[in-house]
Amino acid sequence: MSVAPKNNSTSDDGKALTSSALAKDLISTAVITLLILIPIVAMKTVIGQGVISIVYRFGMAFALTGIVVGVRLFLHLFVWHKAPSAASKSTAASALKTVSVSETIAKYIAPGLLIFALCFPVFTFFHPIWDKRVMDLAVYILIYIMLGWGLNVVVGLAGLLDLGYVAFYAVGAYAYALLSTVYFPQWFGTGILPWAFYITLPVAGLLAATWGVVLGFPVLRLRGDYLAIVTLAFGEMIRLVLVNWFSFTNGPQGISVPKITFFGLPFKDAPGSFSDFFGIQFNRIHFYIFLYYVILTLALITYFVTKRLRRLPIGRAWEALREDEIACRSLGINTTTTKLTAFAIGAMFGGFAGSFFAARQGFVSPESFVYIESALILAIVVLGGLGSQIGIVFSAIAIMGSFELFREMDFMKAVLPSGTEPIQFRMLAVGLAMVLMMRFRPRGFVTKREPTVFLKEKKSVSGDLVAEGHG
Amino acid sequence: MSEILLRGKGVETFYGKIQALKGIDFEVHKGEIATVIGANGAGKSTLMMTICGTPRARSGTIVLDGQDITQMPTHEIVHLGIAQSPEGRRIFPRMSVFENLQMGATVDKLRHFDEDLVKVFALFPRLEERRNQRAGTLSGGEQQMLAIGRALMARPRLLLLDEPSLGLAPIIVKQIFAAIKKLNQEEGLTVLLVEQNAFHALRLAHRAYVMVNGKIAMSGTGAELLKSPEVRAAYLEGGH
Repeated sequence: MSVAPKNNSTSDDGKALTSSALAKDLISTAVITLLILIPIVAMKTVIGQGVISIVYRFGMAFALTGIVVGVRLFLHLFVWHKAPSAASKSTAASALKTVSVSETIAKYIAPGLLIFALCFPVFTFFHPIWDKRVMDLAVYILIYIMLGWGLNVVVGLAGLLDLGYVAFYAVGAYAYALLSTVYFPQWFGTGILPWAFYITLPVAGLLAATWGVVLGFPVLRLRGDYLAIVTLAFGEMIRLVLVNWFSFTNGPQGISVPKITFFGLPFKDAPGSFSDFFGIQFNRIHFYIFLYYVILTLALITYFVTKRLRRLPIGRAWEALREDEIACRSLGINTTTTKLTAFAIGAMFGGFAGSFFAARQGFVSPESFVYIESALILAIVVLGGLGSQIGIVFSAIAIMGSFELFREMDFMKAVLPSGTEPIQFRMLAVGLAMVLMMRFRPRGFVTKREPTVFLKEKKSVSGDLVAEGHG
Repeated sequence: MSEILLRGKGVETFYGKIQALKGIDFEVHKGEIATVIGANGAGKSTLMMTICGTPRARSGTIVLDGQDITQMPTHEIVHLGIAQSPEGRRIFPRMSVFENLQMGATVDKLRHFDEDLVKVFALFPRLEERRNQRAGTLSGGEQQMLAIGRALMARPRLLLLDEPSLGLAPIIVKQIFAAIKKLNQEEGLTVLLVEQNAFHALRLAHRAYVMVNGKIAMSGTGAELLKSPEVRAAYLEGGH
């Protein structure tokens, strides 16, 4: 990462900012803006009944600071930065500049998204319209981002087309449901229940990983279409077992499970609860905000573990396996273990997500794990750009967010046939969007593949050169 | 020179019911370049792949330095010191040149990565120029250099080269063969070379085999075969 700014500094343009200088500039901008805004915006005096009281509006101060920093970043990247390079004599130099600017933007996307994600719940305090429904939607999208990142290990990195990923999601969810309602009370008594999620989470991940290996063994020799069909069947098998094994899973009626607690403190309006412990007013939004941070943590773990694995021999072996299996073997890579670890690790993240899903929902039933879920997750991975983690974020937001948008579109009723709801057309719209995507951006939103190692200079690989429709 | 590194005896390989190798005997001595020449479909590449264990020989034995490797899985054979630059190069097209070389060092667990990298770059300076480029965007000759370089990163005792001249311009073929010769003479690397380009291969080889229809039809030193009228008639005249 530290090598990239070289592009900027080596150019003849003296005013070009290196990324560290840019970061310094933005931070100092933020500090100065905040210092100014705190007295004049964050504290407002209100005169009422002969007393002057202060109303705190830190949210607005932070929001304004954010806007100022954002505008300054924009100016740095596009306005102030570009002018000298356009004035420079050689066109080659300015061409170089455009490359470095777009690379700079690419560099700020991930940290920008992270900061946005971390601050996101803060907005709910200051925007009463953005209530728990928005938080719930954010949680929902994050689950799919995490599932996308998990599936990305199998499909994007190792190149193994998996159409039954939802099976591992189901294993995780049912692991939590069964352990917390049946087995933990039996083994440890009911006192353990508030902690059930935290204890079950690793167990669910392990169980899902085990099932990943179980699926992996019979399909070791399969690739492409054949593999897809077997994994599809596997996903259906798990669901059908959940439906029909009534004595164990309670069949289609599902299982009610305890919801997630704040490390043992439940979210309810009662003594011993989260709000009681911290002495604050009970509000359902706390539950949603906590859910949000839990899934954000899980998703970030998925992100960073995958990112790290890509730099380790095993991650490189996955990518090499995607490229050429025979070459892999002739280089001494054990393709069996390489495939199995990809299945296991992908499945493990699916298991984590499933466990969280159950703890959020408070209820699991086989209906949540139908084939279309697998297809959606796969669509998210493919639309995002196979192997691209940031692309998955955008495609998950686009697909899941658009589903939610359809609920809001009452005005559409005027055009639609009577008796239908806009929401019923959501799959149609997503299908259409996918067809258009595949027509105009066949490699997904983010088509660059970052090499995991660099020698002396960094050069990302242009998407134009990435093979299309590679199974 | 006389110590045998790799020996095959009565090696038979089948693709389903079709017999591709019909009892091959061959040996490769330490420090020499051995070559197998022959027409399309003679079974040269099958022999190469059989040595590496995909597919495995149905009968016969292949012994590397006293150890029977006939039924071993490929990745274990590679760990014993046989590295291959496979037919059609099979580099990883979406990974960079550098990453490809890194994959080659898997067997060595990257222990000598830096010094080996210097050696490979010294042998093929073009690879150093293109180190951060996607391997799929290299020219055919550069890809072949990369495939050989990648195999060398494993620090092999025996280097298998399957048709390194395939589809390359004559000048590049010369460079590649010069590099192979250099490796053999300066590093003492043992090489087993499978080629259709009989002229280049025989000039280089200490030991040579001619394969016809899954059998060894002729063997001898490279110089002997180069002079032999049958070889000249079948593989050399008219071609080059």
